[in-house]
Amino acid sequence: MMQTELTVLENNKIAEETVEMKLGINNANPATDIGNFTPGQFLHVKVGESDTALLRRPISIADIDGNGNITIIFKISGRGTDMLSKRTSGSRVNALLPCGTGYPVDNLKLDTALLVGGGIGVPPLYYLGKTLAGSGTRIISILGFQKAEHVFYKEKFAELGESIIVTDDGSYGEKGLVTDCLSKMDIDFDCFFSCGPTPMLRAVTNKLSGRPGYISVEQRMGCGIGACYACVVPVKGETGFKKICKDGPVFAANEVSL
Amino acid sequence: MISLETKLPGLHLKNPIMPASGCFGFGREFSELYDLNKLGAVVIKAATQDPRYGNQTPRVAETAAGMLNAIGLQNPGVETICTDELPFLSQFKTPVIANVAGSTIEEYASVAKRLDESGLIQALELNISCPNVKEGGIQFGKDPVLAAEVTAQVKRTVAVPVYVKLSPNTADIVQMAKAVEGAGADGLSMINTLTGMQIDLSSKKPLLANQTGGLSGPAIKPIAIRMIYEVRQHSGLPIIGMGGISTAEDVLEFLLAGANAVAVGTANIHDPFACVNIINRLPQLLEKYGFQNMEEAVGGGIRNEANISGS
Ligand SMILES: Cc1cc2nc3c(=O)[nH]c(=O)nc-3n(C[C@H](O)[C@H](O)[C@H](O)COP(=O)(O)OP(=O)(O)OC[C@H]3O[C@@H](n4cnc5c(N)ncnc54)[C@H](O)[C@@H]3O)c2cc1C
Ligand SMILES: Cc1cc2nc3c(=O)[nH]c(=O)nc-3n(C[C@H](O)[C@H](O)[C@H](O)COP(=O)(O)O)c2cc1C
Ligand code: FES
Repeated sequence: MMQTELTVLENNKIAEETVEMKLGINNANPATDIGNFTPGQFLHVKVGESDTALLRRPISIADIDGNGNITIIFKISGRGTDMLSKRTSGSRVNALLPCGTGYPVDNLKLDTALLVGGGIGVPPLYYLGKTLAGSGTRIISILGFQKAEHVFYKEKFAELGESIIVTDDGSYGEKGLVTDCLSKMDIDFDCFFSCGPTPMLRAVTNKLSGRPGYISVEQRMGCGIGACYACVVPVKGETGFKKICKDGPVFAANEVSL
Repeated sequence: MISLETKLPGLHLKNPIMPASGCFGFGREFSELYDLNKLGAVVIKAATQDPRYGNQTPRVAETAAGMLNAIGLQNPGVETICTDELPFLSQFKTPVIANVAGSTIEEYASVAKRLDESGLIQALELNISCPNVKEGGIQFGKDPVLAAEVTAQVKRTVAVPVYVKLSPNTADIVQMAKAVEGAGADGLSMINTLTGMQIDLSSKKPLLANQTGGLSGPAIKPIAIRMIYEVRQHSGLPIIGMGGISTAEDVLEFLLAGANAVAVGTANIHDPFACVNIINRLPQLLEKYGFQNMEEAVGGGIRNEANISGS
């Protein structure tokens, strides 16, 4: 974990209100600084000052390229992400990274992985899919968006394997929810990985209950490093909470109550 | 360079800067970022008798120049804190101040006793002011008689010095300060958060699961300064000041208002290096404003008042 000033290398609008930002770590040693970042981990981004936007925004690592540059993809959904979207090439972005515990990719030997993402939950699944595909896992992805204008990275996911896009209004791909798609299809997989809004995660884990899987959970955060107890999620079957920013955001599908 | 050394009852501090309770956990996470030996002291998250699981989420919200929190005193309970957390902190040469909360006077006393007996803390901070739990906490902070009782009871029970953390959610902060001073408090800690609320426009309901939360951050600094300024004129107790500090300039303002040392809370959430940055900058700032030492600054802003030494 470190706090660092990243340099904005690219700022691209890739869908409606959706920004893809490529960030360079200055003076980074790719092996030690970035080599141990895992898919599912996030950056805790300082979007403003304490009198303009006091809380940092958690944004997932969407990709890391061969040079150690980090890609994030975020939706402009409020004041802080709007401020962040205005950072142009060359400007600095202060972030804590890498935050949290990601998907246990190193311990998984899978034939087929099913990725189920919704909206702003799609970005971390790209880095996950790319990493798993790199170690020979077959990737099937089901990605849900509100409408055609919000769809991003469809080609990139298609490069990883079979990819199905679902939109709420049917304006692109299949119409409905990702869970409708899960019901209709008989997909053979070893492990599922899901990230998206809590209602979607709830639906997905219900639908796939009993199957091995991992989910990435969202919650409003304070410190992002495990010190303030802002971001907790109840543990299933016992009294107690886990910290999403430290123990998560990735949990085994049956580990926490949504 | 101006020495930042600060002496408070029971505490010999390298500098007057410490992280405020609840914004620093038990120090582990921050120790991965910097050497905790740099800090004047560490104030740990509130301890209660039994583990507390806290409130439902969401627990935090952003506000103009601040934030609301309603954590609900989540902590592993005093026993686990004494066996698992305090030994970790004892590797640093930094005094530890344990923040204590409870629902009854007996709970305060028994938690305080356990912490004192651990031998791993140098002072206690009685949190009689947490606005985020349904029972206990706040009424002690609003009622001078109860506040004095809990202070006296804890004082009878422990050997370490006792700082009482005052709530700004009261009509008369001076009366509260005098009440706990009369009951034997060794120092004051002020201020805790101010009760606030945010309504979410989409759900049309309070955003925090607890509905209300405690406001902290730069937004509350003028209130903290005013309250410390007032209390300093009526109490000789040392004051650990807090509320919205994020820069060395803020610290100097607190010292001038009458604080002897300060705690930095919310700023750690915005910038985890806030305390270290302040410590590094404070000596040159004191120099810039013509101070020879820390003591000169303390209470230096109070007008028409002769000799207020604060110790
Ligand atoms: C671990 C994690 C990873 C995330 N990864 C991504 C990502 O890759 N891309 C992306 O677009 N979004 C991601 N999000 C959601 C993103 O953090 C929020 O959309 C963002 O914080 C909203 O900030 P804002 O300034 O736009 O909204 P505002 O409404 O101005 O935010 C106000 C406060 O609420 C918090 N908040 C609001 N919505 C959310 C939310 N859904 N989750 C957490 N906090 C929220 C903000 O952080 C801020 O503290 C992630 C969230 C988490 C917890
Ligand atoms: C997330 C959070 C948790 C807190 N938890 C505690 C606590 O457990 N005990 C306590 O006495 N004060 C607690 N506080 C209050 C702070 O210690 C401090 O008094 C207050 O936030 C004002 O200072 P600040 O503006 O620098 O944060 C908490 C504050 C925050 C923001
Ligand atoms: S955000 Fe502070 S503990 Fe998770």
